[in-house]
Amino acid sequence: MSARKTLQAKPEEGDKYSVLLPTYNERENLPLIVWLLVKYFEESGYNYEIIVIDDGSPDGTLEVAVQLQNIYGGDKILLRPRPTKLGLGTAYIHGMKHATGNFIFIMDADLSHHPKFIPEFIAKQKEGDYDLVSGTRYRGNGGVYGWDLRRKLISRGANFLTQVLLRPGASDLTGSFRLYKKKVLESLVERCVSKGYVFQMEMIVRARQLNYTVGEVPISFVDRVYGESKLGGNEIVSFVKGLLTLFVTT
Amino acid sequence: MTKLMEWLFGVSVVLAAWVLIAFDPLDLSVPHTYREVAFPMPLYLLVSFGCYSLATVGYRVATFNDCQEAAEELQAQIKEAKQDLRRKGLKI
Repeated sequence: MSARKTLQAKPEEGDKYSVLLPTYNERENLPLIVWLLVKYFEESGYNYEIIVIDDGSPDGTLEVAVQLQNIYGGDKILLRPRPTKLGLGTAYIHGMKHATGNFIFIMDADLSHHPKFIPEFIAKQKEGDYDLVSGTRYRGNGGVYGWDLRRKLISRGANFLTQVLLRPGASDLTGSFRLYKKKVLESLVERCVSKGYVFQMEMIVRARQLNYTVGEVPISFVDRVYGESKLGGNEIVSFVKGLLTLFVTT
Repeated sequence: MTKLMEWLFGVSVVLAAWVLIAFDPLDLSVPHTYREVAFPMPLYLLVSFGCYSLATVGYRVATFNDCQEAAEELQAQIKEAKQDLRRKGLKI
């Protein structure tokens, strides 16, 4: 018997999971993340589709996406490209327009989020009929690989400040590995105006405001398999500005 | 009520209580010991909060999980994925 049976909820008729993958210059990572997604979805038996939203990547990401579509089928891999780099919020809106799932996964396409957690997200969602399930790096056996002391300090410090100011009822606000009910994501994206990290924070804060229920799943975050991820002064400043804006307006 | 308003409200309540007890502006004959204890409270609270913050963030940084096995598992799966995709006809 499968050792995962304690985690696995029986796939229900009618539930379908659409995975939104906004991409920009992910030519190398896209085939890998798609392979992993297919692997874990096929193993779990859940109905799914993967929607690639490429923002005109100059490195040919879209061309690789077309190859993947030929390999896995146009019903499993959907392409919703855009001509230039536009915001994450609009990418979600654009991707959702033709999504046929009643649940939406959002995640990064750079392999920092691992599809192996997908069955855990689904089980958690079913456990409490949560409106959204958020992957957390800060609780349980969640964690990060590839961060030095400085990065960890900034991350925990920023999260602490966020918890004190916003008391959001979720441990990881800037994480972007989440499962939403489709209707919930639609209503939230409309209302959110921030950019970058703060956009993900605003989504959860607004979800709380609207009395949506939020569940959590510990996840491991593997930073930048193929390169260096920098967190410079600019990003910190815009994070603080965004946080203060949420503090004052929500 | 926004978070800012909640904070302002909370701070006002605490400040009002402090002024009332530490300075006894309404001449309620607040006992001297109460006034003595109350007077430095705001500073104590700030310093305590500062210490709590440092301790909490310090603890959380120290116990931040390092996902070594996750990284190794990922590397292994990347190799497997590349082979499988090549077999399926992907041209990288």
